[in-house]
Amino acid sequence: RSPFRPQVSAAAAAGAFPRRVKVVEVGPRDGLQNEKNVVPTPVKINLINMLSETGLQVIEATSFVSPKWVPQMADHTEVMQGINKLPGISYPVLTPNLKGFQAAVAAGAKEVSIFGAASELFTKKNINCSIEESLERFDEVMTAARAASIPVRGYVSCVLGCPYEGKISAAKVAEVSKKMYSMGCYEISLGDTIGIGTPGSMKEMLTAVMKEVPVGALAVHCHDTYGQALANILVALQMGVSVVDASVAGLGGCPYAQGASGNVATEDLVYMLNGLGIHTGVDLQKLMDTGTFICNALNRRTNSKVAQASCRL
Amino acid sequence: QESQASGLPEYIKIVEVGPRDGLQNEKVIVPTDIKIGLINRLSKTGLPSIEVTSFVSSKWVPQMADHKEVMRGIERHPGVQYPVLTPNLQGFHSAIAAGATEVSVFGAASESFSKMNINCSIEESIEKFEEVAKSARNMNIPVRGYVSCALGCPYEGNIIPAKVAEVSKRLYSMGCYEISLGDTIGVGTPGSMKRMLEAVMKEIPLGALAVHCHDTYGQALANILTAIQMGVAVVDSSVAGLGGCPYAKGATGNVATEDVIYMLNGLGINTGVDLYTVMEAGNFICTALNKKTNSKVAQASFNTGTIN
Repeated sequence: RSPFRPQVSAAAAAGAFPRRVKVVEVGPRDGLQNEKNVVPTPVKINLINMLSETGLQVIEATSFVSPKWVPQMADHTEVMQGINKLPGISYPVLTPNLKGFQAAVAAGAKEVSIFGAASELFTKKNINCSIEESLERFDEVMTAARAASIPVRGYVSCVLGCPYEGKISAAKVAEVSKKMYSMGCYEISLGDTIGIGTPGSMKEMLTAVMKEVPVGALAVHCHDTYGQALANILVALQMGVSVVDASVAGLGGCPYAQGASGNVATEDLVYMLNGLGIHTGVDLQKLMDTGTFICNALNRRTNSKVAQASCRL
Repeated sequence: QESQASGLPEYIKIVEVGPRDGLQNEKVIVPTDIKIGLINRLSKTGLPSIEVTSFVSSKWVPQMADHKEVMRGIERHPGVQYPVLTPNLQGFHSAIAAGATEVSVFGAASESFSKMNINCSIEESIEKFEEVAKSARNMNIPVRGYVSCALGCPYEGNIIPAKVAEVSKRLYSMGCYEISLGDTIGVGTPGSMKRMLEAVMKEIPLGALAVHCHDTYGQALANILTAIQMGVAVVDSSVAGLGGCPYAKGATGNVATEDVIYMLNGLGINTGVDLYTVMEAGNFICTALNKKTNSKVAQASFNTGTIN
């Protein structure tokens, strides 16, 4: 694929927002993986089933990683086989390597995700190899996925900062994104892994990435650790990004800052998009009911401000 | 520079409302010396304006009963303004006698809210404020005007932007140097913020506008960003996000000053405020109130032990 022309979408240049935004729900995987309490398989399945009733089109269901590394996702096969798969809804799963991919497909997965990073140190600490080596592993997954007609979503972590390296150059994010897109990922989700980004760094990073990847193939995955998530998402929308990741009830703390929050809450995101007149297809009340369910199961308070405000006097 | 290229203001004035709006809406009443301790710490942060207290009858607002003692007890740093609320002429005189050199009046864009809050119509409240503004003018005391319910009302629901513009214009015409537009219940979004500001900007010069966003629905920073993209250069906030929402039990209220500054720093916008010193002030008051901070920046920073 040739490098994309560096510009925002025509609508964005006119100061308009996208008319529709696709919300990618990562609560059952990214959320639950980063919660202190582990939930039993039936609860995970019920969570995903409830999410399937909200209008969400994409729900990340689980992770086919070895339970040695991620015990919270040990029941990946049971979850994948146990959920109601509604037509029109995609249930992607994480697959770190070929073995995970094969297990995922055997369990019925029809879409997978792979996780890269814009930081060498983060990659080393997280999966014990360099960025280049991780992309080589993913190549095997890409080949198998292409043969099986399975779409692959690519994630790039640490796009606005790294817990080990600190500042991350926008050019590096663009480079890794371009590689993953060229390998065949249909969408690249740019993750502010430690929530450290601001509208300033978001804009700078997206400007660089949009020179290499078409804006229609970009998503943002913002963490709210510093309260910046919605402001960062707003800027991304203004630049033409129309896919946003979020986690019901803001499930999933930040493993790098004890007690701090992580994922942005889907309810708060949908509230903002509704206020902007942007179509998501998501029913906010049903989403909040789902958040209530999982918070009760986890015995924790919601991280969603919309949910908190709505339990009013 | 970075902020200029993006069309954002180069400098944003932060108006710190923690000691008044914040403490007034906290469950626990704070002793006078703690209030003074907080304000003195805030005076060292670089904040240009710190709302100190409220000269309202202690019958209505017991949390601010010590207004005279606080006014007289704080250190007054040069270059820092210490406005106080004055609902009427009596409160105004009392404030001046206690040493106040700037006052604020609170209007609303909702008749129901005005009635429920101060037991009179918008028009009647404006008449009271006009008396204050007249006295203030004679004494060269600047007056700041607030408009509550700018993006929604707990009783009336939707508020039309034209009404917000009308009330703002009345306050500005009577001599308020600045109009702070308050999303009192935090229901606003970037969509409603934009529409409201477009209406108000037809009546009030941009340089005289401020936004006072509540984070009850998590929208505050996105709303503030929208406002500054439209050129607004004054933002109200509350250290540690002090002050819950009286209309939604357990919900948050004011946006946290730390989180606002973090965003503005990231945008390359100058505020003159030192984030770390604000976090220390926040830590002080949260310890005194025995509560967790509402600032995400403070939560993240104290837990990693690093400030970014």
